[in-house]
Amino acid sequence: MRAENVFLKIMLWAYLVIFFGYLLGPLIVMSITAFNSPSFPKMTPWECLTFEWFDVLANDTRILNGIENSLIIGVGTVILSVIMGLAAALLLTQIWPKLRATYYTVVIAPILIPGVVLGISTLVFWDRISVMLGMSTGSILHNGIFLTILGQSTFIASYCMLVFVARLQRFDTGLTEAALDLGATHVQAFWKILLPFMKPAIGSAAVLAFLASFENYNTTTFTFGKFPTLTIELAQKVRYGINPSISSLAFIIIALTIFGALIHEVYRRRQQLALANGAPVSAVSGGLQLPRMLRGNPAAIILILLALGGFSTIWFAQTYSPDVCKMDVREQKRLIQEERIRAIREQRQLELQQKQQQGSGASGGSTTAPSATQSPGQGAFGNVFKPGNLDRSTTEPKADKPAQSPGKGAFGDVFAPNNLDKAAPKEE
Amino acid sequence: MTKGVDVDLEDVWIRFGDFVAVREANVNIKGGEFFSFLGPSGCGKTTILRSVSGFLEPSQGRVKIGGKDMAGIGPNKRPTALIFQNLALFPLMKVWENITFSLEVKGVGKAERRKRADELLDMIALSDQGDKLPSELSGGQKQRVAIARALCAEPDVLLLDEPLSALDLKLRQHMRTELREIQQRVGITFIYITHDQGEALTMSDNVAVMRAGVIDQIASGHTVYNDPATPFVASFVGENNVFRGTIKSIDGDMALVSTNRTGELLSRIATSARGKLNVGDSAMMFIRPEACNIAEDVSPAANRFSAMVKHEEFEGQIYNVFLEGSEGKEIKMSLVNIGKQRASAEGSNLTLEYEAKQAVVLPAGELASE
Repeated sequence: MRAENVFLKIMLWAYLVIFFGYLLGPLIVMSITAFNSPSFPKMTPWECLTFEWFDVLANDTRILNGIENSLIIGVGTVILSVIMGLAAALLLTQIWPKLRATYYTVVIAPILIPGVVLGISTLVFWDRISVMLGMSTGSILHNGIFLTILGQSTFIASYCMLVFVARLQRFDTGLTEAALDLGATHVQAFWKILLPFMKPAIGSAAVLAFLASFENYNTTTFTFGKFPTLTIELAQKVRYGINPSISSLAFIIIALTIFGALIHEVYRRRQQLALANGAPVSAVSGGLQLPRMLRGNPAAIILILLALGGFSTIWFAQTYSPDVCKMDVREQKRLIQEERIRAIREQRQLELQQKQQQGSGASGGSTTAPSATQSPGQGAFGNVFKPGNLDRSTTEPKADKPAQSPGKGAFGDVFAPNNLDKAAPKEE
Repeated sequence: MTKGVDVDLEDVWIRFGDFVAVREANVNIKGGEFFSFLGPSGCGKTTILRSVSGFLEPSQGRVKIGGKDMAGIGPNKRPTALIFQNLALFPLMKVWENITFSLEVKGVGKAERRKRADELLDMIALSDQGDKLPSELSGGQKQRVAIARALCAEPDVLLLDEPLSALDLKLRQHMRTELREIQQRVGITFIYITHDQGEALTMSDNVAVMRAGVIDQIASGHTVYNDPATPFVASFVGENNVFRGTIKSIDGDMALVSTNRTGELLSRIATSARGKLNVGDSAMMFIRPEACNIAEDVSPAANRFSAMVKHEEFEGQIYNVFLEGSEGKEIKMSLVNIGKQRASAEGSNLTLEYEAKQAVVLPAGELASE
């Protein structure tokens, strides 16, 4: 019995580890690559702690422009989708019961239709409209932001509607009736009763809509026109090879998300705690009271630690310079490379010697001596064709080096910076 | 405050598709009256209320308030205020905002609304609770807030849809008195919906008893109890022992009923059945439990019958004695507890007598299901 329990426990933990590993692993790897110095996002081998990719990101006007466009489109989509979603949800509760299923299918359909199709159809549809209205190609109907907001809203509004429907199901229509009975007009009943009730759902729907808009690619790719969003820019960048500045962007987004979620959670818990203790809601929904919050709230402490961590990281980033480390790594790499070359050469010589010995054994001892004396030159010449040369960074001068083998260590440094990096400090 | 106005239902029918929820309702409710609709759930009483408040248009017939036809006038334009079964207090508004909602939608300023709210809060004895949320109040307090909210709209007619059903017994009894008091103070017409006959009888000037969309009887509580118009009313309002049989003879207001099991019994003919009952008709005779007594004289008579005691219940102020009756039903007799030991032993035969005037006979018909 007990052994079974332990086994179950172990299985549960294993499952949790695997589950969260699967869930969070990629994000963690990506975040780490943002701080590693190689110019291709790599977690191993760890080379140098660096913040340069954040600099690169901050100076990348295309990414910044993409973020700006994404934000504008996100806000537009939120406004449009929330309004349309709310209207659709309200209609669902009001519509003739017989039509309800059909109506539901129709409004939910955009979620099921591929985003690509929505994108194309948005483009085509508004182009037709614009032609019909006799507008020029520079008109608003061809504006990328306009089209993207419309295109994304077609399906994001459906998501919003689902959120609203869930909330509306808990709405007591008696409240609206009570308001009407007390003399309110339908408009007043909507603004004073239904809308305040829907407020939390409007908040969630807005967040959902914004995130869906921000991360959308396949609809946007047809509609963005002259206003590429962040996702479009990233996709275009990936096509030409990426560097860790994208990881650093990912890290920022992840950090913001965690931070936001934490703040929300802390706020919510605080409210619940206060409500459970019988405090009036009006007192709970007031502003944050920091000192009291710290008293019994681990989440708040974590939050503050996180903020402190953030600040110290920024300070560290400004004072710490990864250049020394990078030089070390470069030196190490060079040494490793030379080690490899030398090993290859030695192996080659060994093979040659073995061959010669075999050869002399077969055709007589007179030929042995000359071939042995020729061997350095032959090695130098032969190295040009060696597999080691396929390594991109091993250029001509290096191939010559084996001939100058005695002074290799001293002379090698002279050539190394030219081969590897333009920014080598030794040349200065 | 405005005096109450008349509410008239003239030949009102309400249908939902093929289902007839209300059939040919003709009701005249006088201004300032406390009027109840009493009936089991699903009998159409709430439907009638909704047609008065304007959430529902009758399929046929007219609803008049103060002599004015209300057809096409929405609930927000009618001089009625409805207190909902679940009260429907606005959960996100404070108590005082709830109470003065009717003023808010009229555009009355905040200071004035607050003042009015305080007056009403005083009236319902919740003076310092105005800044709470409804969820922070107890059931009875919510109840009173709902009443205050409805009264704040200064309606001519107040409609109450089983507002006490969610309260516990003590509170319910207390609220009955309180509601009646409020009604007498403000003097407006109250229309009250309930399935609890106790509520209807204690508070109302007049009661309409409904069964499956039909109004069986409209009369004062007294009349409904003592002189029911149909077997349904007799069996639904209060408790009643029913004896089935046929009319053997009629003598003025009295009839001799030959019952299926308990022999021939004498009874008064209900007012509504006079002239309609003939000798030989199948009939139902009703004797209230409290009308029965243990007979001193056990000689056979038309107002005595005997039955076997099955068991007895002690209910505090009364003993309920259950005797074996016909059709598997028990005859219930209630004896006031005046300190005597119980008068019967289980399994023994007991002779009961009753005042023939207190029994009532009606043409056989549908009974209320228990």
